[in-house]
Amino acid sequence: MSETRLQQAFQTALDLPADTDWQSLAYAQHEHWDSLGHMALVAEIEEAFDIMMDTDDVIAMSSYPVAVEMLRTRYDVDL
Amino acid sequence: MSVALVTGSTRGIGLAAARRLAEDGVTVVVNGTDAERAAAVAAELGGDALPFDVADADAVQAAVRELFSRHKRLDVLVNNAGILDDALLGMIQPQRTFDVNALGVLNTMQACARLLARGDGGAIVNVASIIGITGNRGQVAYAGSKAAVIGMTRSAAKELAPKVRVNAVAPGFIDTDMTRALDPEIFEERVASVALGRAGTPEEVAEAIAWLASDRARYVTGQVLGVDGGMVI
Repeated sequence: MSETRLQQAFQTALDLPADTDWQSLAYAQHEHWDSLGHMALVAEIEEAFDIMMDTDDVIAMSSYPVAVEMLRTRYDVDL
Repeated sequence: MSVALVTGSTRGIGLAAARRLAEDGVTVVVNGTDAERAAAVAAELGGDALPFDVADADAVQAAVRELFSRHKRLDVLVNNAGILDDALLGMIQPQRTFDVNALGVLNTMQACARLLARGDGGAIVNVASIIGITGNRGQVAYAGSKAAVIGMTRSAAKELAPKVRVNAVAPGFIDTDMTRALDPEIFEERVASVALGRAGTPEEVAEAIAWLASDRARYVTGQVLGVDGGMVI
């Protein structure tokens, strides 16, 4: 499976344009990815992949690449 | 079918709330620190049991993950678990009271909020106390912990809207094991302060909890509903 679903979750939660540079997308580096946006993002990801993230992971998910790695290694999500 | 987690639901107000929600067709996840008792109540209600200590944040996280894996949804959280340890100011040992009554509520709200927010959203009902509003002699720690519950209820209602409604009930003098342990003279003294002339029942508090948890209260959030027979007017 590609990362399309994850990117859609990011786009929905953070209101991102289609041409987003995913590899450089990081917490507090985009105007919508603040603390409120982060909680919306976590909720969107959890619902999209039917998972429940640990609080430590919620705090540690600091960029798009980190999110990809985390979902693959910690939650067995096939991206 | 809706799923509700009711903390401290092996006796008293929590047990009454669990039974009342089950009557409404809700699958109730029973919680307490006594695993055997929690399992017995769950069997009575046709629900599920998750024994854990609300004061232990890691245990709460693990339990909610387990709830998610078993039920895949959570619609209602009733934060009822609480302890009463009356002591005059100079004799207070407040840690456990705040750990259970205040931090316990925070722990479960934190662990459950995103799950409650899924789909059509959900509801949290916190069990505060009228003492958290009025205060009482010999209950500085208890009153402080319940006042914290009221503050958390109002803040969480603002933060979790519009997906999750957050309200509290503030029971007055309710006839439970906890109040029956009081000196009979103090029991009667407290009853005398109730406008309706008697102690309330756990079932009467459970009615208010079930209403706030249900869609019938869909336009109510951030409120503290006194269930106190006119103890405070």
